Amino acid sequence: MLYREAGQFKTDYAADQAIFPILQDRIFLGVFLLIALVAIPLLANEYWLSTILIPFLVFSLAAIGLNLLTGYCGQLSLGTGGFMACGAFFAFKLATAFPDLHIAVVFLLAGLGTAGVGILFGIPSLRIKGFYLAVATLAAQFFLVWVFNKFPWWVNYSSSGVISAPAREIVPGFFITGTQASPVTKYVFLLVFVAILALVAKNLVRGKMGRSWMAIRDMDIAAEIVGIRPLHAKLSAFAISSFFIGIAGALWAFIYTGSVEALAFQIDRSFQVLFMIIIGGLGSILGSFLGAAFIVLLPIFLNNTMLAVDPSISTAIVSHIEFMIFGALIILFLIVEPHGLARLWQIAKEKLRLWPFPY
Amino acid sequence: MIAPIALVPWLVAVPVAIAGIGLLFQFFAGLVPSFFFAWGYYFEVLIAGLLQGVMYSLVALGFVLIFKASSIFNFAQGSMALFAALSMVGFMEMGLWWPIAFIISAGVMVLVAVVIERVVLRPLVNQDHIILFMATIGIFYILDGFGQMLWGSDVKVLDIGIPREPMFALGAIFEGGILINQYDFVAALTGGVLVAALAVFFQYTRTGRALRAVADDHQAALSVGIPLKTIWVIVWAVAGIVALVAGIIWGGKAGVQFSLALIALKALPVLILGGFTSIPGAIIGGLIIGAGEQVAEVFLGHFVGGAIQDWFAYMLALIFLVFRPQGLFGERIIERV
Repeated sequence: MLYREAGQFKTDYAADQAIFPILQDRIFLGVFLLIALVAIPLLANEYWLSTILIPFLVFSLAAIGLNLLTGYCGQLSLGTGGFMACGAFFAFKLATAFPDLHIAVVFLLAGLGTAGVGILFGIPSLRIKGFYLAVATLAAQFFLVWVFNKFPWWVNYSSSGVISAPAREIVPGFFITGTQASPVTKYVFLLVFVAILALVAKNLVRGKMGRSWMAIRDMDIAAEIVGIRPLHAKLSAFAISSFFIGIAGALWAFIYTGSVEALAFQIDRSFQVLFMIIIGGLGSILGSFLGAAFIVLLPIFLNNTMLAVDPSISTAIVSHIEFMIFGALIILFLIVEPHGLARLWQIAKEKLRLWPFPY
Repeated sequence: MIAPIALVPWLVAVPVAIAGIGLLFQFFAGLVPSFFFAWGYYFEVLIAGLLQGVMYSLVALGFVLIFKASSIFNFAQGSMALFAALSMVGFMEMGLWWPIAFIISAGVMVLVAVVIERVVLRPLVNQDHIILFMATIGIFYILDGFGQMLWGSDVKVLDIGIPREPMFALGAIFEGGILINQYDFVAALTGGVLVAALAVFFQYTRTGRALRAVADDHQAALSVGIPLKTIWVIVWAVAGIVALVAGIIWGGKAGVQFSLALIALKALPVLILGGFTSIPGAIIGGLIIGAGEQVAEVFLGHFVGGAIQDWFAYMLALIFLVFRPQGLFGERIIERV
């Protein structure tokens, strides 16, 4: 009854094209952001912030990046881990070589660098498609991780091969990286940063570029015939997707873990992000967030439940059962709702608009 | 399914390529003092690489079977190999003679195929390829967790009595002869026998004909009364048995452990090189990748810091794909609006 758009007339194009055209949606979003920005930093404890919310935000950004490429442009990529590594190591080199550079600028520059690498590995997509392309992106995955693992220049010749984020402030007095950084500042910074980038992504996919990506995804030859240049569309998708993923990688290394080695960006990372967008919903920005939340929460939830049921259970068994349940849930999800959580959300909203009437 | 390939160009091209790369290396060796090269050593590395390549082919073969019959990119092939090898070891630890353990494990793989078809494939019929691909990643996780929970996650030794002593060959031509790993040699023979058996199965049996029909055109096959669901079970079962053989051979070499599931990743460049839909492609692709990466690692690897076999195969396949998108023997990709 409450969720109804009756009486909300749109009198100009701007109102008609708003991201959230329904008043209730805008109120909901406002309240949600208020809770996320004010209530959570005040109420949540350190554990919640640093093991759930911070990785959730980082992964959401990576998932948005991959979703732009795979969900909107239809180019299946398994190289996410490699591109995240790019972002992390570019940011590390930039931050240590130019200590005066503002940390947010470092992240953006690292993203730009990754975009360049993304274009390079996106070039084969002009010739090859589908699973052939997926395997080709694996080349990026293995090659990039090898590069960062093999050449000590990337870790400033540290003997351990691990990069540690230098301490940096976002505004004077508030550290977001390094040991002095408190989880609350990290969280608030991430929230704002990711929200802005998500807004950028949302507007990109609504605009000319996003439309050309979707045309390519739905049928590339037809798109070409109606005048969309595949070269531009595909390479821009690779570049922008890599930009987001690179920033996510930098955030992962600098804010979430603080120190990281190249081997943390192995192929499992790529699959993890791919799961997020499949479970969340391909071709949906909201879905990227939902999928990230699901994949971040699921292992923690399974682990805690199993330990609660039987505290004496061995960790090896727990991890095996976790694997199995994880796999089974993925299959179940694909069978029940192949379009992901975003689709469920959409169905719920449509039902709610008609409720309590069936039609 | 086994299409005849033009033999003559290959008979010419392969020796030319091998000799060409050898001569190129010899030329480099003259220029760069740190570049070690000797023909005997080159052939030794090449043969070791080819034998390694046979094992890649075995894994790739399972992929191709499933992809041809159902257009499913089966990511779980590697974990099927792990699961099969784990069961084999498990049954052998119970004191069974290895052929009996093999037969029981093959039975287990058939069972796995039936379950996968029932539980995963049937509800997902007609979904997008990417959805089915994700589902096989789900299967990957389940088989991994299940296998290790059932049989334990320690590294296991699998020994079915294949000799391991290195042997020397062609002593008359090269000084000191060429060192060949006997185990790899037996493995390659086994692979060859398996491929021959599959070829006979596909070419001369009723089921094999039905399989080829399904691979050509699902709907046409359905309309002449070929039961698609049964065919899928058979294909997954055959792929499971291929995985069992691959698992035994790899497991016997490096021990049965989790990393076995990841050899599937090594089979992927083989696939794109050979084409997703071609059995000869899988075999020849495996040989090229195996030999190529071994030669590259040994002769070129130390110039860039080593361990290039992690990505060399992918890069090789990637560059190759740019020139021939359908792989060596893949079906020509024709697109219509």
